[in-house]
This record gives sequence, structure tokens and C-alpha cells, in this order.
Amino acid sequence: MKKLFKEFFKGIGSENPTFRLVLGLCPTLAVSTSVINGLGMGVAATFVLIGSNVIISLVRKSIPDQIRIPCFIVIIATFVTIVELTMKAYAPELSKALGIFVPLIVVNCIVLGRAEAFACKENVFNSMADALGMGVGFTLALLLISAIREILGNGTLFGLLIVKSYEPVLYLVLAPGALLVIGLLIGGINFLARKRSAA
Amino acid sequence: MDLTMFLSVIIGAIFINNFILSKFLGLCSFIGISKETKPALYMGISVTFVTTCASIITWAIYNFILVPCHIEYLRTISFILVIASFVQFVEMVIKKFSQALYRTLGIYLPLITVNCAVLGVAVLNSEMFFRPGISALTSFVLSALQGFCVGLGYILVMLLMSGIRERLELCDVPKSFKDAPISFIIASLMSMAFMGFSGFRF
Repeated sequence: MKKLFKEFFKGIGSENPTFRLVLGLCPTLAVSTSVINGLGMGVAATFVLIGSNVIISLVRKSIPDQIRIPCFIVIIATFVTIVELTMKAYAPELSKALGIFVPLIVVNCIVLGRAEAFACKENVFNSMADALGMGVGFTLALLLISAIREILGNGTLFGLLIVKSYEPVLYLVLAPGALLVIGLLIGGINFLARKRSAA
Repeated sequence: MDLTMFLSVIIGAIFINNFILSKFLGLCSFIGISKETKPALYMGISVTFVTTCASIITWAIYNFILVPCHIEYLRTISFILVIASFVQFVEMVIKKFSQALYRTLGIYLPLITVNCAVLGVAVLNSEMFFRPGISALTSFVLSALQGFCVGLGYILVMLLMSGIRERLELCDVPKSFKDAPISFIIASLMSMAFMGFSGFRF
């Protein structure tokens, strides 16, 4: 039980995929223009992570070592297709907003990275805890970035106006703003981590 | 088929919708391999080769297998499988025929399988060009062209970035901002400059 919690919390804190491991950046930057999009992407990626981690961990003993990467990719792509079709049917607007980044979850380095580094070595429960932690960590990072961009760049949060009489910094919603926000956030978090380890 | 269509695909893929700076595809390799000019160039060449071939192959898969069998929903799975096996195949061919080429390009090839630029260009092609109203030949030429030009845009940005980062080695960057964070901030400034190209209209 203790190990399960440890695997879960490391994805949120010490091994946060976005800020500490710097993985899976393409979707993070592209869809973080609004909090709704960020949340949608986070949930979709978490579902794919859990599904693929559980299946890979179940069949890990019967996958030959040389062809493990193609096997992982097929399993991941299956879950991505499930997400893609479900999203198209039940949340067509979100699916349109996320665009090609839904099929691109297949090549999100976080998913393949966890399969390779964790799920193919550990049992089902640990893999599930790991996937859930990584997914939640990814979603929280997306929420943080998209909240900053939406509040400062558009004056809204979840589409609701929260700051009146404020001239939005449109720059932050556009492509360069995403790169600036992530650069400053990673730098800031590095600074805090260094300060903490020095103290 | 007219000339403006080709021009808008070329200029669009290289400058306006540059994959790295405005679509955020292939960012991992962009940050990871842009420390020196030479590896950056080799990576760019490998990516260009793979995106061009992947565009052609996925066009064939989509039009000759998925559409006749009415299984377009298997697009994601079939594209990534074909790309992964193609990359593996190229790696084997290069290893067999040219050891020198394998030593320079070989290490980058496995990385390309999970480079989102490759699957990204395949999916983008299928959404832009594979639809009724565009003849099969036109969609083939446009897909191949877009695949090639996306690669060119990738090389361009990799070269610019690696040049800047080589100079950056001599600068006094705050310790917390070394490597990835400062690269993102530079990329942000470059992306702003590239937004100037969006004034081009055809």
C-alpha cells in the first residue's frame, strides 16, 4: 500500500512529467490556450496512460524483448483510437479544439516512456498507480500553464470573465506566449528546487 | 491544380505554420538535439527524409487500403505502425549499405519514430488533402510536397537555434535557467519573429 502511494505521488511532485522530466511538451504547449482544452487533453492522456500501462503490465511476460516497442505502440494506439472516437461522439467541440493533438497522444513521450521505464517491469497495481500519478501530474501541469495563459491572455478562467477593465496580453494566448510561459515556469521550479536542496 | 496552391503549401509549411515554432510539433528533439550545429543538421536531414517518405506511404495506405475497406477510423493505428516499421527498415538498409552514414544518422533514426512531426504531418495531410473534391493525383503531390517542406522548415529552425545555442555556451546564464528554460525563452522570441510571416497571403 505504501509503495502504491509512493508511485502515485512521485508523478505529481518529484518526477512531474512536464516540469521535472520535460516530456510530452508538444501537446502541453499547443492546447494550453484555455483551461477547458488543457483539462480535456489531461484527462484524455491520463486515460491512455492508465489503459496502456495496465495492459502492457499484464502481457509484459509474453512480449519478446526485440519487438517490444512496436507492441507498445499498437497497444497505445488502440487506446488513443478509443479516446479519439469517444471524444468525437460526445464532445465534438473539444475534439475540434484539440484537433490533431488527440491522435498525436500516440507519440506523446510520457506514455511510451512510462511503458518502457515502468509498466514492462512492474506488476499491474504498481503500474496503475504510476500511470494515475503521471496522468494527474500532467493534468495539473496543463491546468497551471493554461490558467496562466487564459487569465493573463484573455482575462477569463473556464470561459468566465474574471478580471474586468483589463487589457488582455494577447501575446500569451498566441504561440510565442506558450514557449515563454513554459520557459519561465521550468526555470522558476528549478530555482525553487535548487534553493530547497541547498537549505 | 494551380500554382498558388503549391506556393501556399510551400510557404505555409516552411514559414507561416512552421511545425516547431507555431504548431509545437517535434519540440522534444528541437530542445534535445539543438546544442551543436552538426548533429542538428543531420537530425534535420533525417527528419526531412522520413516526413517526405511517410507522407507518400500514408497517402497510399489511406487511399488504397483504408478508404476501399471503409476503415478510416483505423487511421491513427495504421499510420503509426507504418511509420515505425518504415523507420526501422531505413535503419536496417543504411546499416547494411553504408557504415559511415549509419554512424552519423543511425542514432537519430530511432528517435524519429516517436517524433510528433512525422505522425503530425501524416495526420495533417489526411485532414487537409484526403477528401472528396481533391483529385487523387493532386492530393498525392500536395502531401509529398507538404512532407518535404515541413522537413525544410524543421532544418531551418534547428540550424537557427543551434547557432544561437553555440554562442549561448559563452554567456553567463542564471544557473536555474541553463539548457531547457533559456532555450524555450529564445524559441519564444524566434516564434514571435516567425509570426511576421503570417502576413503572407495567397
